[in-house]
Amino acid sequence: MSDVYVMGIDMIKFGRFPDKTVPQLGATAALMALDDAGLTIQDMQALYCGNLGQASAMVGQRILQEIGQTGIGVVNCANACATGATAFREAWMSIKAGVNDVVLAVGVEQMGKGLLGGGGGAAGIPKEGLLGSGTMPAVFAEAGMEHSRNYGTTFEQFAKVSVKNHHHSTLNPKAMYQIETPLETVMNAEMISYPNTKLMCSVNVDGAAAAVLVSEKKAKELGMARAVRVKASILTSDPYSDRDLVMPDVNAVTRRAVKEAYEMAGIGPDDISLVELHDCFATAEILHYENLGLCKDGEAGRMIDEGEVALGGRIPVNVSGGLLSKGHPLGATGIANIYEVSTHLRGEADKRQVEGARFGMTHVIGLGSACGIHILEKVA
Amino acid sequence: MSEQAKDEGPLPVVPWLKGAGTNDPYLEGQKCGCGAIFLGERNNCSSCGARDQLKPTRLSNKGKLYVYSIVHRSFPGIEVPYISAIVDLDGGGTVKGNLINVEPDPAKIQFDMPVDVVFDDALGRKDKDGNSYISYFFQPAA
Repeated sequence: MSDVYVMGIDMIKFGRFPDKTVPQLGATAALMALDDAGLTIQDMQALYCGNLGQASAMVGQRILQEIGQTGIGVVNCANACATGATAFREAWMSIKAGVNDVVLAVGVEQMGKGLLGGGGGAAGIPKEGLLGSGTMPAVFAEAGMEHSRNYGTTFEQFAKVSVKNHHHSTLNPKAMYQIETPLETVMNAEMISYPNTKLMCSVNVDGAAAAVLVSEKKAKELGMARAVRVKASILTSDPYSDRDLVMPDVNAVTRRAVKEAYEMAGIGPDDISLVELHDCFATAEILHYENLGLCKDGEAGRMIDEGEVALGGRIPVNVSGGLLSKGHPLGATGIANIYEVSTHLRGEADKRQVEGARFGMTHVIGLGSACGIHILEKVA
Repeated sequence: MSEQAKDEGPLPVVPWLKGAGTNDPYLEGQKCGCGAIFLGERNNCSSCGARDQLKPTRLSNKGKLYVYSIVHRSFPGIEVPYISAIVDLDGGGTVKGNLINVEPDPAKIQFDMPVDVVFDDALGRKDKDGNSYISYFFQPAA
């Protein structure tokens, strides 16, 4: 089976674009990725499109209506917050299978403001605030509180995640925000769901990211200078655990995925230079240091206290600013984080460059649940 | 239908709350031979895959607080703050609900604190037909 390479990749600056349509945002990112690869839509053999909000509305085809209706096959996919990673992985798989040599993957989302989640069943009466909370800040607060009960992790330690990621985003012009948020600011922000304050919740933004994936044969034709090798692509669903159906278990689904990813890549956590992981809430990031094997179980609090996960630390996490400050356009997130890691592996990340980056990892969670992990390798 | 429902008294907030109109309400689980306990009727076990092996089982009215969050912002019209709690029931089964009669302050809430499952009107919420509902809540053990 051919190795698969990212030949072109880009994202639009995340923000709020109420005057644009979802296909327009996706088309912008698609053209940027094609330009980055030095290719055109006429060169593409298939399009894999990830979008959640208009999952039944043929977003991929409507992107082609904006940039070139070449008649290629289009797959539209939705997989909660793992949507973009799923589209990328489907593109990867078509090359692995030998069906295609050069394909386009796009992730795009337009978001409203406000809380996600909850709702509950349509029948009877509303259950929110009656049978606990189904809002995302509360669900991920509860997941974080499991870490607190096991290891004594504090509100302050969770808040430090947000300080770090907001700091990183000041170095990323494509992030929604470039604003420093000191610890007191994070901890004194409006409490949404203890222990997540407003600044510890990801930002709802509009966004799009796209990638051109090619086979080894095609990569050699085009030149390897800026190519990034996809060393592992893994997708899992939540394995049974006792509380999973009441309290979504984001840990088991991630641990299963990362074990398979390290095996596929033939490397271990010590080989990874940087990680973009699913910090949908500050509480979630802490869990994933351990889930991804970046430290031993129970050491995540120490990792954030000692700055090991900050730019310049042992294993920088979310140097893009993460979902907390770069923003989290659900369907775009999984390709935007591949853009971030690829940019470092290409040595093009400017002020936030992780020096000497050779392998990088991306991780997303779609609650319900899906986990998508990619390991990428510098080629040239 | 709604007329009939009114005659039968309050409705259960979830189908797995049994005995809503009686003085002995309880939560019901579906237990598989492998030990897994689910809330709500289902045909198959998602732990071991067994088909048609699930049996109704009365869940305990006592349990321990596993984790919680204090919700300060919710959807419009939902009164805050409240404590969203995950409780492991004695003898098996995990349930999510509101923890009541405790101050919404992390200093007042302990992991593993014993709680009772209690039943009461669903905060005055009624459906479009005007039916009342009975819900379950958690409160510190008596």
